[in-house]
Amino acid sequence: MQLMKISNWLCEDFFRRDVINVSTAVPNDNLIMERQSSIQVKGGQRKNQLKCDVESIAGCVSQRACVYCGARVVLNPVTDAIHLVHGPIGCASYTWDIRGSLSSGSELYRNSFCTDLKENDIIFGGEKKLARAIDELVEKYESELVFVYSTCVVGVIGDDLEAVCKTAAHKHGIQVLPVQSSGFIGNKSAGYRAACDALLRLIEPPGGARPINSRRPVKSVNYLGDFNLAGEAWIIKDYLKRIGVEVNVVFTGDSNYRDLKKAPEASLNIMQCAGSMSYMARRMEELYSIPSLQISFLGLEDTAASLCKIADFFGEPEMMRRAKELIKEETIAVQPEMERYHEKLAGKKAAIYVGGGFKAISLIKQFREIGINVVMVGTQTGQEEEYQTLHDISDDGTVILDDANPSELERFMTEKGAHLLVGGVKERPLAYKLGVAFIDHNHDRKHPLSGYVGAVNFAREVYSTVCSPVWKYARETGGGLYAAENSELPER
Amino acid sequence: MLDCTPKEIIKRSGGMINPAKTCQPIGAMYAALGIHNCLPHSHGSQGCCAYHRSHLTRHFREPVMATSSSFTEGASVFGGGGNLKTAIKNVFSIYNPDVMAVHTTCLSETIGDDLPSIIKGAEVPEGKLVIHASTPSYQGSHITGFSNMVKGMVTYLAKATRDEKKEQVNIIPGFVNPGDMREIKRLAGELGVRLIMFPDTSGVLDSPMTGKFNMFPVGGAKVEDIRDSGNSKLTIALGYYASSDSAHLLERNCQVPAITLKTPIGIKATDDFLMTLRSKFVQEIPNQLEEERGQLVDVITDNHHHFYGKKVALFGDPDILTGLTEFILSLGMQPVHVLTGTPAGTLTGSGIFEKEIKEMLAAAGHEGRVKAAGDLFELHQWIKNEPVDLLMGNTYGKYIARAEDLPFVRVGFPILDRGVHSYLPIVGYRGAMRLVEMISDTLLDRQDRDAADEDLELVM
Ligand code: SF4
Ligand code: SF4
Repeated sequence: MQLMKISNWLCEDFFRRDVINVSTAVPNDNLIMERQSSIQVKGGQRKNQLKCDVESIAGCVSQRACVYCGARVVLNPVTDAIHLVHGPIGCASYTWDIRGSLSSGSELYRNSFCTDLKENDIIFGGEKKLARAIDELVEKYESELVFVYSTCVVGVIGDDLEAVCKTAAHKHGIQVLPVQSSGFIGNKSAGYRAACDALLRLIEPPGGARPINSRRPVKSVNYLGDFNLAGEAWIIKDYLKRIGVEVNVVFTGDSNYRDLKKAPEASLNIMQCAGSMSYMARRMEELYSIPSLQISFLGLEDTAASLCKIADFFGEPEMMRRAKELIKEETIAVQPEMERYHEKLAGKKAAIYVGGGFKAISLIKQFREIGINVVMVGTQTGQEEEYQTLHDISDDGTVILDDANPSELERFMTEKGAHLLVGGVKERPLAYKLGVAFIDHNHDRKHPLSGYVGAVNFAREVYSTVCSPVWKYARETGGGLYAAENSELPER
Repeated sequence: MLDCTPKEIIKRSGGMINPAKTCQPIGAMYAALGIHNCLPHSHGSQGCCAYHRSHLTRHFREPVMATSSSFTEGASVFGGGGNLKTAIKNVFSIYNPDVMAVHTTCLSETIGDDLPSIIKGAEVPEGKLVIHASTPSYQGSHITGFSNMVKGMVTYLAKATRDEKKEQVNIIPGFVNPGDMREIKRLAGELGVRLIMFPDTSGVLDSPMTGKFNMFPVGGAKVEDIRDSGNSKLTIALGYYASSDSAHLLERNCQVPAITLKTPIGIKATDDFLMTLRSKFVQEIPNQLEEERGQLVDVITDNHHHFYGKKVALFGDPDILTGLTEFILSLGMQPVHVLTGTPAGTLTGSGIFEKEIKEMLAAAGHEGRVKAAGDLFELHQWIKNEPVDLLMGNTYGKYIARAEDLPFVRVGFPILDRGVHSYLPIVGYRGAMRLVEMISDTLLDRQDRDAADEDLELVM
């Protein structure tokens, strides 16, 4: 048993579980009728498609965000850019440095710049103010790059962002890029796309897009979809260096203007967060003939598989040898600690509610590595194929849901007896109120969760919250302590 | 280093750098959470609602529930009436609150949705209520939004139903933490005055751990109480910016006299609050409160030498700042920079903030820079040009504190990087004691940290 587990982590054979492709409808009490098709339980009679990638219903407590939010999270880690929000104050103040993307250089991106539109600007248009704001900022801060984000109001009053940016770029001799991210034009995914469009314009070589294979260093990759939260991109860069691969530029963790400009020179794109970057990868393949690989550095299994995949792509036996060596070395180094956590955590049950589908898939595997079964899994913006995979790798009885609201999360976590929820800011106190442990896999995480170090951090974090002494008291309050022999709360 | 702020001050007109305020809807959402069994609803696109919920969640570390009209392109072209009607239907059938409190966002304001008519035309189940506030973010700040939603409560709910007013006081506490609201209720309770506080987020955003998730926690002002506020003898609005307008609206609508007082931070403002209650309702201030006041004066006496002459920079919401400035002065410290992001003049009586603070400073024989509608870039520049010994304000101050190597006390909204604050008051005598502790601990920790070995003292 022990041995088999280690061999999984070493990833000689990427495991694939036998699954029964069936699901049942969900009982409908307490649920909104329209929501039923967005929820399924693995393992029933009939297999039906999960409804996803649709608008939320008006009047639901949705955990979802907007287009601007999607664009902002992707672009914000560009460290030496002026990120100017064209809109009223709120959109800017809520996105001020909430992300925890680390920088090895400029800290300019951690400021909050906003045109702070007022009633007059709404009536008469905000273009002049925007132009003024760009002038003032460029004068104050040395930067070769300005991103101008449009928000809902700007979309409605129809300011010509494109024109203002062009004039400003010309005037100052720098790049000023509009980001078409008005909140109402879609959901977060549309924002990812808007961000990628801005990035594509940024990296476009003078004279237009064309393949530039000749200048390419052979083993140089772009690392897409890592935002360097808690320094995660640095960990992966180090691994790749050790197997002989140079990271050309990260999109967008700890990136800067100069590095991003070099992006077309890479010979391969590897992609962590597919939700935000698959469009970018596709376009770069079309424009610059850079192929891409979907990888994941979450958990031992995925990390090992990804390193092998990359080495395999370059087809060099030496690289593969070094990859295997790295995997072995790192796995052995973390193995004792991982096993200790595995022992303590075995049999616990987890619920997942995260932004994208790909992260959810990785998380299921990562939980298995420490002996935890996932009993509920959902995402805000998962895509059809991702839900398909989620369904395939889940155990029978697992609840799978799209764009869930808090009542649903509560209901399924309670019903399934989850000990732990993985989610973002808004889910944390919800879990705690239920006496359920929590870990953040979004903005507010404080430790890197990527690679081998990340896998241990993840396990440690799960352990520290699931096994916190506080849950003992949590069970006692709520009438358990003082009301005689009343202990209806489930043992967690 | 996070220090991107140049020292030289040049005039700007192109917007904000590092805002000291946020937008109206979050204030409206917070106020609405202070009604029992109420679900706030954001009429606009999903993003705003998600941001407001996240931000409140980070500050209070509690679940914050609110629904959204989930605008898409269609709604923003043809109007959001349909979305709101669907939302009203869904909210009552799914979550079943007693009240749904709708606020607008920039988007729905800009396209000009007429909320009162939409609400009138919607199917609201028997016995249920939909109230609303207009909260465009391109005016005012989160404080304006709070004020607007409280006005909505008065407009929709408060009724004068009898000739003679009841022996009870309405207290509108302003944009303060639930811990502060509890303390204000306790103070009035000690006097034995019957009070109606609205909004009241205690028990909603500082609720105890029960092992259960309640969509609607036990706290919040009851609708029948807010209704009955029209029958009260007096309304005390705490804080000019967040509370005064609604108190005066209640005065106009239901003939309940209104008095606006400072948020009771520090000795004088707390005295004023209690004396106002005494003058209208009771003969005496109970011993218990005399004792608390005496304790507060005692701790200030014991520590005043730590405070004397220290220069302080303060920023945050205007009502908190007026109380805080007065208190800081009473400790013998000197507020040299006071800045709020909320513009003066969006409510009745423009320029009040700057004038009031300047008068307080002048009375104490000091001068200082004071500004409404400022941003933290500007505050940072002021500090660079005239350094201070202490910075007080919300979490965003940590950038300045680090860049200038300043001791920093967190107070106000939002505090995103520390816990517990929302449970413990800064108002009343006990709240003031807590402030004294926070300020002197911060200053003395700093002194200890910086002391050379031979200067480190055991007794301070
Ligand atoms: S659009 Fe307006 S209401 Fe929405 S977050 Fe931005 S400022 Fe606030
Ligand atoms: S206004 Fe629009 S862009 Fe801004 S937060 Fe709201 S939904 Fe997003």
